[in-house]
Amino acid sequence: MIDTLRTSAEEAARLIRDKEVSSAEVYAAYRAAIDKHDPELHAFLHVCDDGGGEGLPIAVKDVIGTKGIPTTAGSKILEHYVPVYDATVIERCKSHGLRVLGKTNTDEFAMGSSTENSAYGPTRNPWDPTRVPGGSGGGSAAAVAAGLAPWALGSDTGGSIKQPAALCGNVGLRPTYGTVSRYGVVAFASSLDQVGPVARTVRDCAWLYSILAGRDPCDTTTVELPNDIELPERVDLKGLRIGVPTEFTAHEAIEPGVRELVEKTIALCRELGAEVGECSLPRSLDYGVPCYYLIAPAEASSNLARYDGVRYGYRTPHAGDRYEMYTRTRDEGFGDEPKRRIMVGTYALSAGYYDAYYGQAQKVRTILIREHAEAFERFDLLLTPTSPTVAFELGAKSANPLAMYLNDLLTIPSCMAGLPGLNVPCGLSEGLPVGVQLIGPQFSENTLFAAGYALEQAIGFDPVPTRLA
Amino acid sequence: MAIDREQLRHVAHLARLELSDDELERLGAQLNDIIDAVSKVSELDLSDVPATSHPLDVVNVWADDEPRPCLPVEEALANAPERDGNYFKVPPGGS
Repeated sequence: MIDTLRTSAEEAARLIRDKEVSSAEVYAAYRAAIDKHDPELHAFLHVCDDGGGEGLPIAVKDVIGTKGIPTTAGSKILEHYVPVYDATVIERCKSHGLRVLGKTNTDEFAMGSSTENSAYGPTRNPWDPTRVPGGSGGGSAAAVAAGLAPWALGSDTGGSIKQPAALCGNVGLRPTYGTVSRYGVVAFASSLDQVGPVARTVRDCAWLYSILAGRDPCDTTTVELPNDIELPERVDLKGLRIGVPTEFTAHEAIEPGVRELVEKTIALCRELGAEVGECSLPRSLDYGVPCYYLIAPAEASSNLARYDGVRYGYRTPHAGDRYEMYTRTRDEGFGDEPKRRIMVGTYALSAGYYDAYYGQAQKVRTILIREHAEAFERFDLLLTPTSPTVAFELGAKSANPLAMYLNDLLTIPSCMAGLPGLNVPCGLSEGLPVGVQLIGPQFSENTLFAAGYALEQAIGFDPVPTRLA
Repeated sequence: MAIDREQLRHVAHLARLELSDDELERLGAQLNDIIDAVSKVSELDLSDVPATSHPLDVVNVWADDEPRPCLPVEEALANAPERDGNYFKVPPGGS
């Protein structure tokens, strides 16, 4: 039986290819790990027990549609929804010999930073089950960290892959906008949503991205990658120019323990041969979160209009007429966070307010794009903390939506600019993982993987949660 | 700026959300805090800045106009809360 806590996807695939273990044995190992740990962690909303199929297992965030397998997006409004087709990313995984192991927990409609907004109860952090795994993709991150899956699919709108990866100690990529199909994925904010890989190593992350990426005729926002994805091998950073946006490391919200590890990582970059310099993205940090919390809710209010009780999903049993069917279905089916965002978004798009809110936010977005583009005239990539804090305790922020929104302070700006970002674990602060995010220009994933791999090798972070070791 | 109860009801109607008085009470204060926070974007003078609706520089992506198989009726109706033959069924009346 393989050790699921210490086997990379690359290694597991090799063992299967060389017939050292069968794919059924690999599947059984992960299935046993789920049985052992998931009652405590609740990373999975659904585990596939069909017993059939071959190949390496993969966990899938429950916003991604899977044919014949329930897909709830963490919402009661989709409680009994079973897609009749696979999302393109699932087709791609299957055509590369992967099999769906199960569906992972998420904040409802991917709206949140702690996975506490799931209608099916929170996921717990494998490093300390009194703490959150981050969100919205806390299920995928916790599953990978606890060895319940070799790797997973996530989705990222403002940090939902990178932030949980930081809090759970895994490697997560938010890809360049437009490189991975969203066809068959539950839509949240369409000018931001991206599907991406969550893994235990940078090489696994790069490999999974190479499987996912590419143009899809079913998603007209996708483009062909300009270059092939290479699995990284180099262990130095020679020739690489790394910018450190001063505001992103100096911000008062950043915990001292996080700052210390990020500074160590910056020093390490220099030792590995990188040319490191300071840069400034002042408006990205000051206006990124307000801009995001106009654009994302506005788009969400439009996307979530489809949940009307007509074609699929929940329908209220208490409707006298059609209007009541709409309003009660949505009142009973949505939790508080989607309601808040639908209300904010509808307000920001409504007559008389559009220019001041949504229109203005779209212009701020242009400013954020320009600010990043300027930084990339001098640097190949930027390095910042991923999350201002380590994993926080369950319930610590759930009563205060604005406090919760600030978890994504550092991840949101590059998402708004459509840029790729890679979380790489850089150490433990008080026994909990800390991550740095590497941000590059559009389509710079190979550079991110190369730098992430060199850092990963030099840091030697052990991704096995101490209490499970 | 504060959004009053009347405006909240109007927005809830536009969004087809039946919010109870309790919910309006609870969410109302939070929504005002959120609107306050996001209003920060109005501090910047951006009259000369173009809006970004999409972060990638792609325009006019056309699909080939070729017939291809679509979902069979039974599959399209598989998740329907209520159906009548090959139709989705909804209650009458209301807007």
